[in-house]
Amino acid sequence: MQFDSFAAFLFMEGHGPYVWTCYAVFTLALVGLAWWSLKQRTAVIRQQYHAQLRAERRQASADAHTATDGSGTPAASFSRIHPS
Amino acid sequence: MSMWRWFHKFGSPKWFFDIASRLIPWLLGTGLVLLLTGLVWGLAFAPQDYLQGNSYRIIFIHVPSAFLAQSVYLMMASAAVVTLVWKMKLADVFVQTMAPVGALLTFLALFTGAVWGKPTWGTWWVWDARLTSMLILLFLYCGVIVLGRAIADEKSSARAVAVLVLVGVVNIPIIKYSVDWWNTLHQPATFTLTKRPSMPVEMWAPLLLSVVGLYLLFGWLTCVRMQTGILVREHRTSWVRALVRSQGV
Repeated sequence: MQFDSFAAFLFMEGHGPYVWTCYAVFTLALVGLAWWSLKQRTAVIRQQYHAQLRAERRQASADAHTATDGSGTPAASFSRIHPS
Repeated sequence: MSMWRWFHKFGSPKWFFDIASRLIPWLLGTGLVLLLTGLVWGLAFAPQDYLQGNSYRIIFIHVPSAFLAQSVYLMMASAAVVTLVWKMKLADVFVQTMAPVGALLTFLALFTGAVWGKPTWGTWWVWDARLTSMLILLFLYCGVIVLGRAIADEKSSARAVAVLVLVGVVNIPIIKYSVDWWNTLHQPATFTLTKRPSMPVEMWAPLLLSVVGLYLLFGWLTCVRMQTGILVREHRTSWVRALVRSQGV
């Protein structure tokens, strides 16, 4: 250890504010970037997952509406028709 | 032939995604350990500089940031060549997802340099060659980000961004040799390939650790961010759909 006490370590003979400002900004920037990058990846997966579910639900209801009873005419359906 | 197979394989998004998943924990772990060791060593145990006192301890973050800011640009330039010549999608994913990282590293180099300059040179900023060319590097990174987002068509965007990156690459030798070509307040390079470092080992060893540590963390960021880019661009492929399905929330 180059310093006699923790206070001396923080003070760094007057250079403390410069040194610690740099280290704080560096740490915050990198942690922030890492956090943002991880969050982005999770968000993309979640968004695509829900898009897949929506597409499947749409497909399923479309199938239900076009299902036939064998005579060629569409089967009667009591399910509500969802817009879009 | 095998080189071509390798090249083709490397260009496969799924192959890269899987390799990245395997590398991610190792890059993060070793990167953090090396960087933290280097920084604690540099802050508390490295000797004082006889001329600058303790302010020189900023070097342990300033040099890694500046070093990486330039090598990220060189990596982007190599990827830009691959984009233009072989139209490889992954190369463009690298350029566009890593430009913000390069911009942040350049900002950090400029910021820590300014804060270091105040107690050492008596000023935050001078318009000299090294500082100005680093500022231009920051603008280049920002230009790449903006241009990439402004063009919706994937192929046109990739081509435009690659051309911009390659035009800007002339700035890199200017940054590197600025301290030799012009009179400047900035000190010359700390590490060169041909000479032993002029600082004692107690100073350059922690510096080397933090440079390598930051490189590994950059590798980790590359993996994570490129995975995101691949998921977005390949969302219609069956393997991405299956992966999303298995990880979905």
